[in-house]
Amino acid sequence: MISGADDAVDLHDYVMRAAVDGELVVQPRMGMASPRRMSDGLRAVAAAAARTVGTITLDSYTRVGDEDGARRALAQGLELNGYPIVAHGPQVTASVAAAGGAGMPVQVRHGSAVPGDIFAAIAGAGLTATEGGPVSYCLPYSRMPLAVSVDNWRQSCETLAEADAHLETFAGCMMGQLCPPAMLVALSVLEGMFFWQHGIRCISLSYAQQTHAGQDEEAVAALRDLTSQYLPHARTHVVIYTYMGVYPRTPHGALTLLGESARLAVRSGASRLIVKTAAEAHRIPAVAENVTALEHAAMAALGVVPVATVSDTGIYAQAKALVDNVLSLDADLGRALVDAFAHGYLDVPYCLHPDNAGQARSYLDPAGRLGWSELGSLPLHGVVERHHAGRITSSTLMSALSHVQHAFDTEALEQPMRAIGGGS
Amino acid sequence: MVSGIERKPNVLLSTVSSDSHTWNLVYLKLLLEEHGYRVSCLGACVPDDLLIGTARRQRPDAIVISSVNGHGAMDGARVARALREDPMTAPIPLVIGGKLGLAGSDDELLRRRLRHAGYTAVFGDTDAGKLIGTLAGLIRSEARVARRLEAVA
Repeated sequence: MISGADDAVDLHDYVMRAAVDGELVVQPRMGMASPRRMSDGLRAVAAAAARTVGTITLDSYTRVGDEDGARRALAQGLELNGYPIVAHGPQVTASVAAAGGAGMPVQVRHGSAVPGDIFAAIAGAGLTATEGGPVSYCLPYSRMPLAVSVDNWRQSCETLAEADAHLETFAGCMMGQLCPPAMLVALSVLEGMFFWQHGIRCISLSYAQQTHAGQDEEAVAALRDLTSQYLPHARTHVVIYTYMGVYPRTPHGALTLLGESARLAVRSGASRLIVKTAAEAHRIPAVAENVTALEHAAMAALGVVPVATVSDTGIYAQAKALVDNVLSLDADLGRALVDAFAHGYLDVPYCLHPDNAGQARSYLDPAGRLGWSELGSLPLHGVVERHHAGRITSSTLMSALSHVQHAFDTEALEQPMRAIGGGS
Repeated sequence: MVSGIERKPNVLLSTVSSDSHTWNLVYLKLLLEEHGYRVSCLGACVPDDLLIGTARRQRPDAIVISSVNGHGAMDGARVARALREDPMTAPIPLVIGGKLGLAGSDDELLRRRLRHAGYTAVFGDTDAGKLIGTLAGLIRSEARVARRLEAVA
């Protein structure tokens, strides 16, 4: 194993130092097949006028464990949609990761429900930061049974724990939209607790920006509160994802939404932000588009102050009820999660995975707040009001999915034309 | 024998093996349920044998396939041929829709290939409204054929 650990800066320490300096840490998604281009990308991120963390995003073949597919594509000179970490091997990867300089942490992002070989490759290259989770990288896009994903992640966490790694939960995102915040908060906490149970001591908890800033602030406050209660000995911070649903098509709309997510991060006491670019609705971003987004987010965060108080619409109570219910099922978090989904005690609206009950449904109120229209078997009866009348139908699903895109693009189109700063 | 009890017709809703998109399926499930169908949805990236096995087990009144990743025509043709080769699933009305080719689904050649593979109807990605009308007709006519066969048996 290459020991880069002595030279590489710890992600959590870096984020905490930035917080002390009053700076929001910003990070892109970025992955190229060629080590040279990946290195150039990391250098550009390090050089951006912002407090940045570099990202190595893996390709789809590697994500599904098809290492032969990744190798074949490389051999044929085909452009993969990410960096094939297993195929490139530890030496190449360590040198790529060092391209941004010893002062910038690098995180590997992957989306895999079978992360074993990926985590071994990460540790082998002396890297220590990655992300995901047994629920969040299983339910949204794969068919893998949740129980199998849980087993995969159990073993994989234990591999990483030996390398003193940092794991970020992806459960703050799930389907990317139309999930009531309390469920995202509960799942993020539960994935964090799963990581802790399997030896990880340094954990970040994600939350994806949704449709209403005030509701999101309340959700992040709940997330921080529950994290301090249920992960009292872990080194933790909160990471915000800029909106993960259908994204604005206009450059102005895209960057305004990004700026809102940076403001959310600072106001809610989160420490890191994964950005989206103006290209999001159209294509995979170029490096320059990512740099523009990083700098735009950093600027939007300047002068913003954390809020002292948030509304209380019950998000904390709902999330706590969901978490406590799961913990009551089994002392082993993995088994408890499988059990909970099987009974519908956890249920992600509009998630079609065979292991997701699919009885709970959400709706968007006129102000843009997410609520529950059906609870299914969620242990929230008495904790929350259902609004069956507001439920999403086939006629309203499209507008619910496009709510944010529409709001930000419409506002953009109503502005007088103005030049957007930044590169091509 | 005539059944006097009206039951809700069953639809098996699926995508093709390479497609991980699901919002199109969420939309169709809602639409079909609103029109009185009981829907069984298989989720993302459905392997051919899972679709065929489920169709054999459930004997739905119709199979609806939706795909938006541009590979639906290829994957869809393959699974349709398999469904039509299996005597248990061959009589089930089978339709497909979405963004089925990389250049869109308006390609008449693409639609003809899919009908040749066994689809009774092929929809473009904005035709969901036509789906309901078409399905109703297909299921009624299939039920008529089934009753006639029973009467003769």
